Amino acid sequence: MNMKQTLVVIGNGMVGQNFLAGLVASNAKDCYRIVTFCEEPRAAYDRVHLSEYFSGKTAADLSLVEDGFFAGHGIEIYLGDKAASIDRERKQVTSANGVVVDYDKLVLATGSYPFVPPVPGHERPQCLVYRTIEDLEAMKTAAAKSKVGVVIGGGLLGLEAAKALKDLGLDTHVVEFAPRLMAVQLDDGGGAMLKRKIEALDVKVHLNKNTTLIDDGTECLHKMNFADGETLETDIVLFSAGIRPRDDIARGCGLEVGPRGGIVIDNQCRTSDADIYAIGECALWNGQIFGLVAPGYAMARTVVADLAGEAGSFTGADMSTKLKLMGVDVASIGDAHAKTQGAMVYTYQNGASEIYKRLVVSQDQKRLLGAVLVGEASAYSTLLQYCLNGIELPEHPDSLILPQLAGESAGLGPDALPVSAQICSCYDVSKGQICGAIEAGCTTLGGLKAETKAGTGCGGCSALLKSVLDCELTKLGVEVSTDICEHFPHTRQDLYNLVMVEEIKTFDELLDKHGKGLGCEVCKQAVGSILASHWNDYILKKEHIGLQDTNDIFLANMQKDGTYSVVPRVAGGEITPDMLIAIGQVGKKYQLYTKITGGQRVDLFGARVEQLPAIWQELIDAGFESGHAYGKSLRTVKSCVGSTWCRFGVDDSVGLAIELENRYKGLRAPHKIKFGVSGCTRECAEAQGKDIGVIATENGWNLYVCGNGGMKPRHADLFATNLDKETLIKYIDRVLIFYVRTANRMQRTSVWMENMEGGLDYLKSVVIEDRLGIGAQLEGQMQHVIDTYQCEWKTTLADEQRLKRFRHFVNSDQTDDNVVFVEERGQVRPANAQERKHFKLIEEAA
Amino acid sequence: MSTWIDVCHIDDLQADSGVCALVKGKQIAIFYLQRRQEVYAIGNFDPFSQANVLSRGMIGDMGGEPMVASPMYKQHFHLRTGVCFEDAGVSVPAYQVRLENGRVAVMLASSPAQQKSPSLAVCEME
Repeated sequence: MNMKQTLVVIGNGMVGQNFLAGLVASNAKDCYRIVTFCEEPRAAYDRVHLSEYFSGKTAADLSLVEDGFFAGHGIEIYLGDKAASIDRERKQVTSANGVVVDYDKLVLATGSYPFVPPVPGHERPQCLVYRTIEDLEAMKTAAAKSKVGVVIGGGLLGLEAAKALKDLGLDTHVVEFAPRLMAVQLDDGGGAMLKRKIEALDVKVHLNKNTTLIDDGTECLHKMNFADGETLETDIVLFSAGIRPRDDIARGCGLEVGPRGGIVIDNQCRTSDADIYAIGECALWNGQIFGLVAPGYAMARTVVADLAGEAGSFTGADMSTKLKLMGVDVASIGDAHAKTQGAMVYTYQNGASEIYKRLVVSQDQKRLLGAVLVGEASAYSTLLQYCLNGIELPEHPDSLILPQLAGESAGLGPDALPVSAQICSCYDVSKGQICGAIEAGCTTLGGLKAETKAGTGCGGCSALLKSVLDCELTKLGVEVSTDICEHFPHTRQDLYNLVMVEEIKTFDELLDKHGKGLGCEVCKQAVGSILASHWNDYILKKEHIGLQDTNDIFLANMQKDGTYSVVPRVAGGEITPDMLIAIGQVGKKYQLYTKITGGQRVDLFGARVEQLPAIWQELIDAGFESGHAYGKSLRTVKSCVGSTWCRFGVDDSVGLAIELENRYKGLRAPHKIKFGVSGCTRECAEAQGKDIGVIATENGWNLYVCGNGGMKPRHADLFATNLDKETLIKYIDRVLIFYVRTANRMQRTSVWMENMEGGLDYLKSVVIEDRLGIGAQLEGQMQHVIDTYQCEWKTTLADEQRLKRFRHFVNSDQTDDNVVFVEERGQVRPANAQERKHFKLIEEAA
Repeated sequence: MSTWIDVCHIDDLQADSGVCALVKGKQIAIFYLQRRQEVYAIGNFDPFSQANVLSRGMIGDMGGEPMVASPMYKQHFHLRTGVCFEDAGVSVPAYQVRLENGRVAVMLASSPAQQKSPSLAVCEME
């Protein structure tokens, strides 16, 4: 007998999905059979980042549902089928397609719809809204035959929509009824600064404009007529004039709704029917609709708790926000408009740098009531903590928004925060949870993010997270030694700077000046890599030999039996039949085991040290050069065949891959570096799994950074879009050298970025905006590395002294008798222990 | 009785690195610490990886004691005693070695210096 009750969820948007994910992770999951209706043809996706659909992300990238989520948890989902009515008597939901489901508990997560003001002409063609992926598709289609686009509404969503129009290449305007942009969140000063910054990005802003009629244009499809008599011609009109709760299904079954819409809920998110809950933008709590995702998630958590029989209630939500609009940092906290009685205001305005900051404090100046930040929002998390936790302000509250002069820190010490303080609002992680994870052994920023999810949403709390981590570690008495090893009281980055500033050319010089003892394999390799990255000497110069591990010394990869493997470079994976034959001949002649690598080249295994020079002589004679498979350096640039042959290819991915591989070959780095170049968004080269990934689009190259496969795979982040080749190469130069200079030893680009304060945004600001002013220097260093490239095997073969080292014994020409091969599938492989014993017996018998 | 066996010229050694010598059928790793003008000899066979590779490890010191790191799985061996730093129960043979008139010679009887030095005991505690 089935004892389970049936729970129906209407709506699979961000909040509906968050509720399902929370429910299946809770104790209540086994009590319910779960059924959900999703009106859209696809399950939940990230509407907050919708505009990224136009800067390279796909519907799949935006999806919020893990593969197999519904099936794996036994959730029945009706995609593309809208729940049409509720019969509360019979406790039944009927869908548009006629599906009828009986429910015991019902959750309404129907969300909202864009409000379209009833302006005459609003139903003309190419008058659109901006909420779903289908809306975006309609925008894309319309944009293809348009030159001008207008957004009606200068709020948060309107500006996002304007970015989308801009990305589509349209001449973009924003028309706002109110006298300022983001009227809800910003004051006049902040709104004015935002307008200035947005206009600098070539988006025209029209304030105080009341649209009275849309009719035929002469230059464009439409002419917009405003109350003040002015007009504006445009091909597309995009309405973004606010949202309205979708409460029709609730009205239809007689649930209580607010006078201006919204399904009325109590603190447990129950509607006027105790078996029906409402969450997200469709719900009205205390007369308020919450048009942000975080309060919706808080409601979802409340209902999960209620269903699981745990305490939990929704008692309102903080509507503070921080976001990047068209590259402009904007934040609003609490009472931004100083409506509280007696509120005092501090304002800081920097016209030159286009920064505006405003603090609203209580009459006694002890509490922070609200804030507005435009152009620079790094103080956001500190200010938010002051506001939410009622922490007493410093004596001069304005110090919190004044520019930080050298050596000062106005940040709030994490010690001042209560344990309950919410550090990450995206994933609702409190300071207490973070401290717990630290006590349990998470001692790095990257580890803490993985463990608690804090800082992995919008990333706004990263800096605060880092300071909580540092503070807790100090308290726990964990001395976080960042020294590279016992021989140098420095980090790898320090050592790099010392080498650079003091122009140090050898390990001994660095050890004499800054270290002690003899060194070890850790610091020697790190310094060897730094010297190679910076000066790019031949790595087997006498003074550098002791710094290289065996792979670098023999320019080959040591395998388990002490033999080596050999990988010639095959740039971009493009190889002629003659070159393939040459590799085959070498493999055959020296009886090497051959295997195709994941990097589109051929690995030849089982070479003894004494064979390496002869093997390489033949490879070089055939036109090959070192593949640097042995080095912590650029490995391969994997490519798909691209537009040259492929029916779908948009650009020449092979050509670019070869150019990039030849440009960066030989670059030594803290760890190996892999590239991928795909000729279209089908992504056959798997570029998003690489340190540097490049994907062709019709408008240029999209650059992805800091991905990797391996033990902890990580998708690369979209870094910049629609680049021409020159800009692409400039950015890659800068990213790579910045990585080489600042990463820890053996740190892949992904971990490097995860642990960087400010993460991707910071990296972008260094590389794209050149905020440190070192762009030219980084490019210059890369040029030096490129100019001094040498094939290490060519150099080695020309060096008699070096070649003498390629023997197993210093005093004999014999070979290592411990290396024994057997045959398998037509090739050699190292003998295993049993086989060795067997051979030994035969030998002894003979 | 053991005698010194001539192996090679000092120039055949690799400064701050190692070479392998074949001495009466035995593979011996010889390391030259140029900074201290010291030479060490231990067995070339790495007991962890079961391969003849120790001469190709990187050398230096741990807590002031001379060591080589196996190039295979990175365990450290004391250059004077052959004892593994990570697991004192594992060791490789250590040999006496000398520099004389520009020649390198080793003595094949495993050196008696196999007793643990005090500094090693400290390492074990960590």
